[in-house]
Amino acid sequence: MKLVTAVIQPHRLDDVKSALEAAGIRGMTVSEASGYGRQRGHTEVYRGAEYTVDLIPKVRVEVLVAAEDAAAVTEAIIGAAQTGKIGDGKVWTVPVDDVARVRTGEHGPEAL
Amino acid sequence: MDEFVLDTGNTAWMLTASALVLLMTPGLAFFYGGMVRGKSVLNMMMMSFGAMGVIAPIWLLYGYSGAFGADMAGGLIGDPTQFFGTNAITDAESLMAASGVPALVAIAFQATFAIITVALISGAVAERMKFSAWMVFAAVWVTFVYIPMAHMVWGGGLLGATGITEAISVPLDFAGGTVVHINAGIAGLVLAVILGRRKGFGREPMRPHNLPFVMLGAALLWFGWFGFNAGSEFAADGTAGRAWINTTVATSLAMLAWLLTEKIRDGHATSLGAASGVVAGLVAITPAAASVDTYGAMAIGAIAGVLCALAVGLKYRFGYDDSLDVVGVHLVGGLTGTILIGLFANVGDGVNGTWYLDGSLNGLFYGGGFNQLATQTIVALFAVVFSGVMTAIIALAIKAAMGLRVSDEAELGGVDLAVHGETAYETLGGARKTQEVKA
Repeated sequence: MKLVTAVIQPHRLDDVKSALEAAGIRGMTVSEASGYGRQRGHTEVYRGAEYTVDLIPKVRVEVLVAAEDAAAVTEAIIGAAQTGKIGDGKVWTVPVDDVARVRTGEHGPEAL
Repeated sequence: MDEFVLDTGNTAWMLTASALVLLMTPGLAFFYGGMVRGKSVLNMMMMSFGAMGVIAPIWLLYGYSGAFGADMAGGLIGDPTQFFGTNAITDAESLMAASGVPALVAIAFQATFAIITVALISGAVAERMKFSAWMVFAAVWVTFVYIPMAHMVWGGGLLGATGITEAISVPLDFAGGTVVHINAGIAGLVLAVILGRRKGFGREPMRPHNLPFVMLGAALLWFGWFGFNAGSEFAADGTAGRAWINTTVATSLAMLAWLLTEKIRDGHATSLGAASGVVAGLVAITPAAASVDTYGAMAIGAIAGVLCALAVGLKYRFGYDDSLDVVGVHLVGGLTGTILIGLFANVGDGVNGTWYLDGSLNGLFYGGGFNQLATQTIVALFAVVFSGVMTAIIALAIKAAMGLRVSDEAELGGVDLAVHGETAYETLGGARKTQEVKA
């Protein structure tokens, strides 16, 4: 089993969700995040005083998948989140030792 | 001119009413601001505040004069030079001289109407219009559309008692069904179509980001509307009381009707529906505030609540992005109120002896035949065509001269940050100050 995590532009979330649903993914966890990569921050001005905002609002999408699906899920996310501009985000995959479904107590792939 | 006799009671009321109507525009900023996404709320509110900045000086320089000066161009507009600057006007020339209210108070009251009418349009173009283009549009639109329309309806022009319907009946527009709501509604539709849809319209959820703001805005609008409608009597008397009562009962019924429509159609009575029903009722009763009785006001409110609740879905069917339903609420509500006067008008029947006309301007349901209905319909259609065509010309000209839309990146990332350099809400991580105020 693998955990695919993506940090993307907030306005791409709906397309990413649709793409994951089309790829057969039935569940995901989405959270609001802040961060920066090469994009860096922006400046805001309040009564003439300039503020730098380093951390930019992002959305983190996490999907637990069977190991053989991880590559396809990653491609689906890239396809939906890509605008070609700096700040599009990152997707990474890590192995997962175990997954348990709380309601039934099932472990392993059955719990996905 | 007769000698002017000051009436302090009426003047005190009209000063109060002017302040009430002015409060409607920041109220509208909250009403609209809550309905957009969090990344666009400041821009949305700034469009209303921007109108307050641009329209007031125009009104004092040539706006009032253009609306209420002597007929020019065959009754299309008043003479903009007659009271230019408003310093030389005398109280005997006051629009409200008959009720003893000085000219400057009349100018103040009418200024607040011009401001809110322009601000109303902004709901149709939320989240994607250049702020600079909006400010230019506000100035040009009030000059070439609002001022002529106010003159035609209230300044003795083409849509007044001696205008195009003179042979049929006197058009009734007590507080601005044509001048304010039909005018802003059709302008919003035309501007939204020329501007184009928001990115992702109809595909992505664009849910209101702060419904308590919307409720607050609706409450401020209702409060301010007493100045709008009861103040349009220009006096503190029984007719103002009639307008006040009608304004409230129509609004109550419209809210209930909208909620009932939603409950039947979608299964829930929503807070956004209540706030929208309130505004729909206020809009619809505006032209009829003092020309229908209590039952007429109830009927107009209920009908407007249902029609507007159904009309806000049209934008998805026809694919125009009237973002905050200026068409569904103001155009449809304004048309509903204006035309229903033709059925429910009951003016001067002596119920309280102070209604503002004593003629026989009764609607179809009150034994008046079809004349009033025909008159109201003609005036409403004239307003739609005039405002629609003029707005299209203005919008296309501004589009050619300076562009109407922000860039795609600005729209997606949020127009607040891109256009105003601010964000409404703090996000995780905050910000650090990197430069002090420039002296």
